[in-house]
Amino acid sequence: MASSDVARQPDKGARPLSLAGHVGFDSLPDQLVNKSITQGFCFNILCIGETGIGKSTLMDTLFNTNFENFESSHFEPQVKLRAQTYDLQESNVRLRLTVVNTVGFGDQMNKQESYQPVVDYIDKQFETYLQEELKIKRSLHNYHDSRVHACLYFISPSGHSLKSLDLVTMKKLDSKVNIIPVIAKADTISKSELHKFKIKIMSELVSNGVQIYQFPLDDETVAKVNTTMNGHLPFAVVGSTEEVCVGNKMVKARQYPWGVVQVENEHHCDFVKLREMLICVNMEDLREQTHTRHYELYRRCKLEEMGFKDTDPECKPVSLQQTYEAKRQEFQAELQKREDEMRQVFVQRVKEKEAELKEAERELQGRFEQLKHLHAVEKATLEEKKRLLDNDLTSFGNRRTAAALLQPPGFTVNGKKDKDRKNSGFM
Amino acid sequence: LTDAIPHHPNPQGKGEKSHGGDFSYVGIDAILEQMRRKAMKQGFELNLMVVGQSGLGKSTLMNTLFKSKVSRNKSVQSNPEERIPKTVEIKSISHDIEEKGVRMKLTVIDTPGFGDQINNENCWQPIMKFINDQYEAYLQEEININRKKRIPDSRVHCCIYFIPPTGHCLRPLDVEFMRRLSKVVNIVPVIAKADTLTLEERDSFKQTIREELRANGIDVYPQKEFDEDAEDRMINDKIREMIPFAVVGSDQEYQVNGKRLLGRKTKWGTIEVENIAHCEFAYLRDLLIRTHMQNIKDITGSIHYETYRVRRLNESNGHVISQTSDHMAVQPKANGQLEEQPGALQANGVAAQHEALSHEM
Repeated sequence: MASSDVARQPDKGARPLSLAGHVGFDSLPDQLVNKSITQGFCFNILCIGETGIGKSTLMDTLFNTNFENFESSHFEPQVKLRAQTYDLQESNVRLRLTVVNTVGFGDQMNKQESYQPVVDYIDKQFETYLQEELKIKRSLHNYHDSRVHACLYFISPSGHSLKSLDLVTMKKLDSKVNIIPVIAKADTISKSELHKFKIKIMSELVSNGVQIYQFPLDDETVAKVNTTMNGHLPFAVVGSTEEVCVGNKMVKARQYPWGVVQVENEHHCDFVKLREMLICVNMEDLREQTHTRHYELYRRCKLEEMGFKDTDPECKPVSLQQTYEAKRQEFQAELQKREDEMRQVFVQRVKEKEAELKEAERELQGRFEQLKHLHAVEKATLEEKKRLLDNDLTSFGNRRTAAALLQPPGFTVNGKKDKDRKNSGFM
Repeated sequence: LTDAIPHHPNPQGKGEKSHGGDFSYVGIDAILEQMRRKAMKQGFELNLMVVGQSGLGKSTLMNTLFKSKVSRNKSVQSNPEERIPKTVEIKSISHDIEEKGVRMKLTVIDTPGFGDQINNENCWQPIMKFINDQYEAYLQEEININRKKRIPDSRVHCCIYFIPPTGHCLRPLDVEFMRRLSKVVNIVPVIAKADTLTLEERDSFKQTIREELRANGIDVYPQKEFDEDAEDRMINDKIREMIPFAVVGSDQEYQVNGKRLLGRKTKWGTIEVENIAHCEFAYLRDLLIRTHMQNIKDITGSIHYETYRVRRLNESNGHVISQTSDHMAVQPKANGQLEEQPGALQANGVAAQHEALSHEM
């Protein structure tokens, strides 16, 4: 952060004036601080590192708490992020701390996409904030800021150099978040190896163009200590929540058969430096950088992506409102066009269906007529046959009566024989 | 994929605050110091507006408040007509002042001509317009794509309204002005030139004023609805019982009882400006500067400005849709949208329009 941006430059219109007595506005910083105490603070740390590298332990050690993290398995199919929020309090300061850990980072066979969930998470927090900021009715001062303020990148203590996964991930993140690289489990490296390791890491970062967070140098009160600390990056840390008796005190340490590594001993590791820099000296600056640099960059890219500009092609300032209007009209026109299209298609389909149905109806009608005709024909035939049959019956009946008249009366008992003779006589 | 477990309270409370040697000290409270440093570095801004008829001692009061010539007293013009402007003018003067390392850019906005014409109808309009213009400027900068790191704050934080010490009641002009402006800016009414009132007259005048303010629904600073908690309310109630402050201003020092004090010397005695037995200037100073300055700025920023912003953003849509815009965050993307992320458009109710259209279909 360039000092010219932060320090108040006397405006052209403002004349300096000297006060003849005590006015009392020197209490303003106190008023500001009191307000912040009432509101509380928010701080979000993202820890990226391989499974088992000591992220949770370091967080526990840093904040003197047991965050109740359980060990993750090495068989996660994808990198996930787990975020947990805690309310901490120290004297009268309330801190809402969110610790985000990567789960399964570096465990997969194919690590090409490992950085993506992390980038997505960071972007999502920016997006939520942007949404809130753009709302019409918004409540920014009550808003729980979930944007990542600091990213601790845990480097494996190989003693040689950075892994390619490390470089790729940090390169993707350096414009989105304040990266503070730390060497984890530093008690496995000897002092001389550590010195070479640190130099190698820093030169690799520089040659790959990775921009890590630099502790700010613009404020004289802290410039000196920050400069020194910048030279100690990356911090070689050891984490431990167990206490060991050393001398006559109980200290946080790791006990080995060959000695005790004391976490808070600056000769043993850089833990105290990390705590000092991360929390005691630069917490506010980390938050400010996130808001004024990383978030603004995200916001700018996002809005430009959506087509908003500050100036139109003639380089006259275009108000966002005008752009909104133009976009809205464009959008509405498009929707209207789509609606019309759909309506047309609908009408078309209806017509087609109607035509089909009419066709079918016509066909049916035709067949009905046909059938009716067939029936009529058949009926006529049958009628004809019936008529013939009736005729036969009547003529037969007539002949029978006629024959019965001719027959002598005595033969009526053997009528059958008579009939037969008569019939045979006839035929 | 993230699963956040919200607000998991820490079972091991930490109350230790001693440094070094006590290993349970983390250093979280160091952030207060960091904030203080940052604030000192950035400096502060304060914009005060003074409104009242000419001759009520506005400039003198400003000079007394800030113990320096922040307002130029109107020099005696030869031509009396030149002194009274034809319309209300807005004159803004900025100064950089510093006290014990705290730097502040103080802007005093004077309104000569207010209440001075024969026909004073609508004399609040230029003032209202000025205040809204400042909100507009801030809003424009805020919605820029490339915006400044620190948006210059020219919004009027507080408007001090000078009531002439008639001793009777508020005049229609006073009521009208305060009624309109209390909705857009913090108003602190004061009784000017209070040395013309005896203590009894002063108390009854104040009582009348308070009743009239209440009767007209005028909410002056500190507004009741913005009290944050019981403690706040207690402090502010005490203040509300005392407003309007009866003030006397002076930038001249006199010898009183062996001390040099700011005061007004008359034949019958010397009025000590900073003596609370004489006038309430000290209360006003404490309220404005020593205790509530940050709060005044916060209310301007988070309430008055936001109200303006809501109104302004809704205006551009042609109709009020502030209700629907609150639920923008989860929008079922039923209809394929043009932009990949209609998020930003939601703020201006574009998605609300889109919602309406989608229901038609």
